[in-house]
Amino acid sequence: MTDTWVDGNDLAGTLGEIFTMDVTMAQGACVSCGTVAMLGEARVYNRAPGLVARCLNCEDVVLRVVRGPGRAWLDLTGLRYLQLPMPD
Amino acid sequence: MARAAVLGRLTWRVATVADASRESPTARSLRLDVPDWPGHRAGQHVDVRLTAPDGYSTQRSYSIASAPANGRLELTVQRVDDGEVSPYLVDVAESGDQCELRGPVGGYFTWDPTDREPVLLAAGGSGIVPLMSMVRARAAAGSRAPFRLIYSTRTPETLIYGDELRQRHRDDHGLDVTVAYTRERPPESPRPPGRLDAALLAESGWPVEFGPTCYVCGPTAFVETVANHLVDAGHAPERIKTERFGPTGG
Repeated sequence: MTDTWVDGNDLAGTLGEIFTMDVTMAQGACVSCGTVAMLGEARVYNRAPGLVARCLNCEDVVLRVVRGPGRAWLDLTGLRYLQLPMPD
Repeated sequence: MARAAVLGRLTWRVATVADASRESPTARSLRLDVPDWPGHRAGQHVDVRLTAPDGYSTQRSYSIASAPANGRLELTVQRVDDGEVSPYLVDVAESGDQCELRGPVGGYFTWDPTDREPVLLAAGGSGIVPLMSMVRARAAAGSRAPFRLIYSTRTPETLIYGDELRQRHRDDHGLDVTVAYTRERPPESPRPPGRLDAALLAESGWPVEFGPTCYVCGPTAFVETVANHLVDAGHAPERIKTERFGPTGG
């Protein structure tokens, strides 16, 4: 089972279609355990119709994204917040 | 910085295969022409999408192998036998063929030529690809950042970029290359076959007090093992950047 996930970097392409910036560089706080980490460090399970990102500490789901024809679903209920690097 | 390249929503672009060259029995490098390609940062990847005549489409992520350049990039793809994308890219695609490409993506596992601290690159198998982009970017930019590359591969036959690494080890000042064969070694290799372990990392990597940035890329188990060795040796976890393939590309 340890070999079934990849790094959060894998989210970059799909989220890059939605956001104008690289969200894998954003810090996210896990709802379950409070761990703050870059989305690029999350554990991503990608052998499914969508992408599921899990907290690197408690492994609860922090983000889910599914891309379909003409639309995308984005579930962020696993995140308390996202802190995004922004140009001033 | 190249940050402007990651601002703005990503869209799929059409890429055309310019040429391809065999790197090993199961890996091939493809040079792609991509109109309006904005360049990339060393270590980034792209998503490649193939669409069948019946409309079925599937996509996979591949690391960019080349140094940043406008309009063209090179991918090195390792074949996964039951994969849906890699067998086409490794064995079928030829000059003039087209595919869709989205990127460059990923700002986390990147090296910038303005970085000056020592760098340790640890590659397992085709995990060498994004690290090769860093080695090439370093040379292209004339960077003097000290680099040490430790590359773990099964046999001389599975070695990717063998000739180029030998040449760069000789000519790129400040670049050290150590190849660790895990199953079978060539006669000139001084080390018995074996996994990349703590002793080899200590011998061919950097002392902790040099404060290196460590980039580790390969299959999940390889990355876990090497990252744990580095933390155990005292390297700061935030200076260890990892990229895992999981069950490998496809």
